[in-house]
Amino acid sequence: MTRNTDARARHTGGRPRHVVVVGAGPAGLAAAAAALRAGARVTLLDASDRPGGQYHRMLPAAYEAEDNGRLHHGWDDFERLRTHVQSHPRAEWWPDSAVWALERPDDTTSAPHVHVLRGPADGTERYRSVLTPDALVLATGAHDRVLPFPGWQLPGVFTAGAAQALAKGERVVVGDEVVVAGSGPFLLPVAASLLEAGSDVLEVLEANPASTVLRGWSRRPWELAAQSGKAAELAEYTGLLARHRVPYRLGRAVIEARGDGRVEEVVTARLTADWTPVPGTERTVPVDALCVTHGFSPQLELPVAAGCALSEGFVQVDDAQRTTAPGVYAAGEITGIAGAPAARAEGLLAGWTAAGGDPSDRTVRDVVRRRDRGRAFAARLAAAHPIGTGWPGWLRPDTLICRCEETDYRTLRAAAEDPATGAPRAVKLGTRAGLGPCQARMCGPAVADLCARRAPDSAPAHDGLAPDRSVPERAVPGLASASHHRRPVAQPIRLGELAASPGRPPEEEGEHTDER
Amino acid sequence: MRVVVVGAGIVGAACARELARAGLAVTVLDRGGPAAGTTAHGEGNILVSDKGPGPELELAKLSRSLWPEILDGLPNAGGVEWDPKGGIVVATTPEGARELEKFAESQRAAGVTAEALDAASLAAAEPHLTREVTAAVHYPDDAQVQPSGAATALLSDALRHGADLRTGCELIGVRTHDGYPDGSRDGASGERGGASSVWSVSRADGNRLTGVRTSQGVIDADLVVNAAGPWSGEVAARLGAPIDVRPRRGEVLVTAPLPPTVFHKVYDADYVGAVGSGSQDLQASTVIESTGAGTILIGSSRRQVGFDDRIRPFVLAELARKALRLYPSLAGVQVMRAYGGFRPYVPDHLPVIGPDPRLPGLWHATGHEGAGIGLSVGTARLLRELVTGAVPSLDPEPFRAGRPAVLGADACEGAA
Ligand SMILES: Cc1cc2nc3c(=O)[nH]c(=O)nc-3n(C[C@H](O)[C@H](O)[C@H](O)COP(=O)(O)OP(=O)(O)OC[C@H]3O[C@@H](n4cnc5c(N)ncnc54)[C@H](O)[C@@H]3O)c2cc1C
Ligand SMILES: Cc1cc2nc3c(=O)[nH]c(=O)nc-3n(C[C@H](O)[C@H](O)[C@H](O)COP(=O)(O)OP(=O)(O)OC[C@H]3O[C@@H](n4cnc5c(N)ncnc54)[C@H](O)[C@@H]3O)c2cc1C
Repeated sequence: MTRNTDARARHTGGRPRHVVVVGAGPAGLAAAAAALRAGARVTLLDASDRPGGQYHRMLPAAYEAEDNGRLHHGWDDFERLRTHVQSHPRAEWWPDSAVWALERPDDTTSAPHVHVLRGPADGTERYRSVLTPDALVLATGAHDRVLPFPGWQLPGVFTAGAAQALAKGERVVVGDEVVVAGSGPFLLPVAASLLEAGSDVLEVLEANPASTVLRGWSRRPWELAAQSGKAAELAEYTGLLARHRVPYRLGRAVIEARGDGRVEEVVTARLTADWTPVPGTERTVPVDALCVTHGFSPQLELPVAAGCALSEGFVQVDDAQRTTAPGVYAAGEITGIAGAPAARAEGLLAGWTAAGGDPSDRTVRDVVRRRDRGRAFAARLAAAHPIGTGWPGWLRPDTLICRCEETDYRTLRAAAEDPATGAPRAVKLGTRAGLGPCQARMCGPAVADLCARRAPDSAPAHDGLAPDRSVPERAVPGLASASHHRRPVAQPIRLGELAASPGRPPEEEGEHTDER
Repeated sequence: MRVVVVGAGIVGAACARELARAGLAVTVLDRGGPAAGTTAHGEGNILVSDKGPGPELELAKLSRSLWPEILDGLPNAGGVEWDPKGGIVVATTPEGARELEKFAESQRAAGVTAEALDAASLAAAEPHLTREVTAAVHYPDDAQVQPSGAATALLSDALRHGADLRTGCELIGVRTHDGYPDGSRDGASGERGGASSVWSVSRADGNRLTGVRTSQGVIDADLVVNAAGPWSGEVAARLGAPIDVRPRRGEVLVTAPLPPTVFHKVYDADYVGAVGSGSQDLQASTVIESTGAGTILIGSSRRQVGFDDRIRPFVLAELARKALRLYPSLAGVQVMRAYGGFRPYVPDHLPVIGPDPRLPGLWHATGHEGAGIGLSVGTARLLRELVTGAVPSLDPEPFRAGRPAVLGADACEGAA
């Protein structure tokens, strides 16, 4: 990128533009670097104590001498970015900083105010800070999506992400005899991490049949070559599975977990193309752990609080990563699921434009190309690993849908089918599904889907989840949407912390970076 | 007689239930779903404690006596979470103590049970409450419901008695004997009523209302009940008879579940002052209560900001501060979520219950501000009595739609 672009970021009365980046995963780090490149002053913050996000979940310090590269793809790039951002004089890195609220200012053309809670989440010394940036980049990523099935609440059943984080971060194995099941390419790295950490992976089950997966991947094959990095990574994983003789079965799923006090066996079954279990194909497999994933749910509460429009379940962005909210940009998994390289490309572009850089500038031409390829890859991923509309076929009346509040399928269905109680918010308040400590992060998509399809006029959308009608087609002043992404308090905050006035402890004044 | 109830919040649900039980053919319509509006965005306090002598207290007393009776007759009343736990109002300053004692005395004269608590009985009733209390009064008749559950239970009962529910159905305008006063011929077309300019003057009886235009077509009606909560002003304007109902913003904090800590509904005595205040600024008077799920609700703020639904951290912080003044030991408790809604209020802070003097066939049941959950059942009973010509349970005069505060300055001239 050229020098003269530095000038662009300086249109706020000679001072550099202040860009706040929320989330220091691949997308956020890249955004911070690009905003710095464009001349902005940057505050990069993350709820975690280290940068890296989900992908570069780092090993504890004790393991740092070991060869990280083997476990983390793209580690070098990441290290370079991280060092660059953390040591830059115009950058401030705020670890342990959770954004608990975004507040749209009275001036509707300005970026939202960012309300931050700083300090380790389990500590007693957290305090509030408020940032008033010129531009805001949201890069809050996604978390695992798991559809409910009988027995999923048993100890020993893990989200694949949690299992991988334990294996990669803590070097703890979740079990000796493990089945990995669900849908999506994430099954493979999880299985690989488990194998590397010493578990015996009995089988990997992809719910979609080979025909769906192949059709998804082979659409527009020329695009795949462009993602050769990802393809090579996947090839490496499948090679690893083959070496360990781990079967990778398509069109099969875990439809039940059983055990006395913890998982002891799982029932698997063949599925039709729409994920309806085929009777008579059940098999029982003894296990001591089960890892499940059904793709990812974007972390949308901050975009929703900022007033960003959503499109097909993700934040809607234009070609320059601008959201529909003034001064707000978005990058990474909140705009689509396509893996870390795509997140990084989006981040670069978002940071660049947030800082006032011109998206058509030739210096970012290559970034734009990579971003476009990433988007194509996301479309391909979604086509190859859709959620089948038949998944409720494995539910039973007593299957828990919301684990926090122990709401079962029978209760939810009864509420959703009754015309008097069936509106989304009434269902939620009446059954308490989604009102527990996780605030619907886990059950939200499933509850919305089940409610929408119980409504008389519903037809499931192409992605297997029925359209979310809790969002009115036309906004009505004063009528809040019942979307499960609405969490005005985005992160839990103690009453004492909330009651205290925002401010920094005096000893931190003037500090710019917090190197670790 | 065919009745259309506009709004499936708790007030519309309660009215639909009473009218359906009276044998009328009732259609309830809501542009969202049942309990999608204010009813699901407030708290469920059923209070006599916060009302001074006057018509609202009489309506509250009627409602309080109806609640247990009505719930007894509902097959699935569990979701209502009725809990007659009683309320305790505390003052924390010497002036507050004097005010509270005076207020309680006036309430006793009006038939409210209000028992002064000494320090020892207060500590026994609420062990975690601050000891910095200058006066405390116990109101055993205060109760609590889960508002959305209460509204849907009332609505279910209306449906059981033959009422019809149309969701996703928006009221757009009116049809009268003369046709569509906004010039529209086809009920299904036309985006809005836009009738207000034509209809802000009184009409001859020949223009009695005969139906409503909705997003789902024309629905015949001899009588329309406007129970559209904070949108009642808009609905009335679309029907050609504007009333002055405004939104008053309120927010509530919800904590993570915790072991029993708060046993009654506990209010700061300044609650009493805030209800009647016309001030534009933020007011927050603490109401603290635990719910069946173990969470604690901390309410609530009062601001006049139109339909601005931004959750404001400074408001949440004020709620937290005031709550900690009463319960300092809650400082370490996590706030899990916050929500807010818009109380429907009339400038004179009284509900509107009864026929509209300008448009025969139009009735109002709205403007309950921060008490619509509790007052819903009394309102519905009174409405039924007025519609059917029965002897009313209380004097309806103070709630009449024709009063100047309801019609507003402009509308008033037209109606005069
Ligand atoms: C558990 C897991 C494991 C994965 N493993 C692989 C893998 O092995 N191979 C692969 O190709 N892809 C993997 N992926 C996908 C990969 O992680 C993503 O493509 C990539 O991390 C997306 O980057 P991002 O920057 O959009 O989001 P993330 O990396 O998720 O970063 C988002 C960051 O935002 C922060 N944040 C969120 N909300 C707030 C808030 N309110 N306040 C402050 N900070 C906040 C989070 O703490 C997080 O650090 C995995 C994903 C997950 C969830
Ligand atoms: C923070 C807060 C705390 C509160 N605490 C309490 C309390 O403790 N106790 C208490 O008693 N009260 C309390 N209240 C007040 C109480 O919630 C309200 O008075 C009550 O819910 C009003 O009910 P409603 O049915 O009139 O209005 P709503 O519940 O708002 O219902 C009106 C309905 O009309 C529908 N509608 C609007 N326009 C149209 C149209 N054009 N066509 C079709 N349908 C339409 C809407 O969709 C809505 O569903 C509180 C309120 C708030 C905001």
